[in-house]
Amino acid sequence: MINIVYRLKSPKFFEESIDEIELDGVVVRPTYLSICQADQRYYQGSRPAEILDKKLPMALIHEAIGEVVFDSKCNFKSGDKVVMIPNTPMGDDVCRANYSYKSKFRGSGFDGFTSDLIKLEDDRIVKLPDDFNDKVCAFIELISVAYQGITKFGEIAITPKDKIGVWGDGNLGFITALFLKELYPDSTVTVFGKHQENLNLFSFADEIYRIHDVPDNVDIDHAFECVGSSASQSAIEQIIDLINPQGTVNLFGVSEYPIPINTRMVLEKGLTIQGNSRSDREDFIGVVETLKENPQLFEYLEKLITNTCEINSLNDLKEAFDKDYLSKFGKTILKWNI
Amino acid sequence: MIFAAILAGGIGSRMGGTDTPKQFLDLGNKPVVIHTIEKFVINSKIDKIIVLTPQNFVNHTVHLINEFIGENEDIVVIEGGETRNDTLMNSISYIDENFGIDDDSIIITHDSVRPFVTHRIIEDNIDAARRYGACDTVIPATDTIVESINAKTIESIPVRDYYYQGQTPQSFNVRKLFNLINSLTPEESNILTDACKIFTLKDEDVYLVEGEVTNIKITYPYDLKLANTILEDGYD
Repeated sequence: MINIVYRLKSPKFFEESIDEIELDGVVVRPTYLSICQADQRYYQGSRPAEILDKKLPMALIHEAIGEVVFDSKCNFKSGDKVVMIPNTPMGDDVCRANYSYKSKFRGSGFDGFTSDLIKLEDDRIVKLPDDFNDKVCAFIELISVAYQGITKFGEIAITPKDKIGVWGDGNLGFITALFLKELYPDSTVTVFGKHQENLNLFSFADEIYRIHDVPDNVDIDHAFECVGSSASQSAIEQIIDLINPQGTVNLFGVSEYPIPINTRMVLEKGLTIQGNSRSDREDFIGVVETLKENPQLFEYLEKLITNTCEINSLNDLKEAFDKDYLSKFGKTILKWNI
Repeated sequence: MIFAAILAGGIGSRMGGTDTPKQFLDLGNKPVVIHTIEKFVINSKIDKIIVLTPQNFVNHTVHLINEFIGENEDIVVIEGGETRNDTLMNSISYIDENFGIDDDSIIITHDSVRPFVTHRIIEDNIDAARRYGACDTVIPATDTIVESINAKTIESIPVRDYYYQGQTPQSFNVRKLFNLINSLTPEESNILTDACKIFTLKDEDVYLVEGEVTNIKITYPYDLKLANTILEDGYD
């Protein structure tokens, strides 16, 4: 069936294009989408030129929910509210699908969710309760990345988890700290950030410090780095300073540049550094179940929504990206009407 | 109930160079009409899809549907009429004979040669037809509209902001459409080729649904060539 896909042709320039989809899976109509910094890097043209040349034209956005329109196997009903999983495994691998080079990831070399309809296999959607907040659900994918990292941390951390530190006062730092507090209620969660106005929103955290104002007696058992870009370097440096021996350093922040790490102290303290990227089906299910059991989380997560834009045209989409770029904190949600 | 009428009755007098009506020519690897029907097949709100073709293409269309979509009891192929209004009346008669006409049923009428219609446009048509009784899919006019009566000089240049280009679907409350078409005199019937115009002439409101520039009509050989090109381009 013919499908209209809205692709980024070159930085800041979207265009309509026509694609064809087979009716042998599930067809979903996107309803609410959310802009991620990775999308913004393509839109602004801040990825290296050779990457842009290789990946564009491409539909952006890998955080979205939608409504089932059609299911060839009839497992889903038309109108079912679902979250879409952007990661698509293309064969078995020895690692998790979100780390497999065989997997395709939407919005990264493979069309994202800005289209009239999306065709997916039925294991690439997870049903959502009707009463879940649509705008928060739009960024379940981002939550699932934090959830995935927290789950993996639970598997590798061998020392006590009494004191957990989260570096970064942006969206991912907020979500990671919130879910750590929920999944490890007996642990003390301390957030280290740069912007006081952002840190003020972390009211659920046990302790909050500005990175340049940390008392001498502060230490942590395990750390989550949610900073990214060149600032990752100073965050990792501070983590290595404050972390207790044999702690885990869980990295989430994406940087376009190589980040130097003080390996001498990593060796001396016997630290484990674990990288985290993307997520897979089990993480989406984990997030949905956690939200079902703890509906009060929606109230916190709603604080992250700073812009909601109705998208009726490609110009609206462009304006939403421009607005998102100017926002220092929070998520831009797109109500998809095209 | 919600009905879709796919109007594939045109004999393609403007297409040129071929005897096959344009809706049966291939776009990619499927006939245009199949692409169009698929858009309505996946919409579960639609109870019945009525495809109206020239009499000598009814069996051909049934075969195409079986080949590309598979046997589907929600799709029926019937003969269209001489004019667009006749074709519309045939679809309404089919509804009347098989389901009866009630106050709530709506009909989404769509050109078979507009395969790029989006799911969103169809959903908006269902919503507007249910709510208001009649709607038309349009996009704002981008070219300046010039009126000329004698085809030689300009009579007037209307304000472009008030003008839109009509696309399809056009969707209606079935009973309203049935009553209005039946109220036309033979003379009116000959000149009123657009169902929405019947509504406006009878002082009935027709609401606007936002179309898409991509929702093009394949009328000329150039259009099919263009459509095939943009479809191939989509795979790059």
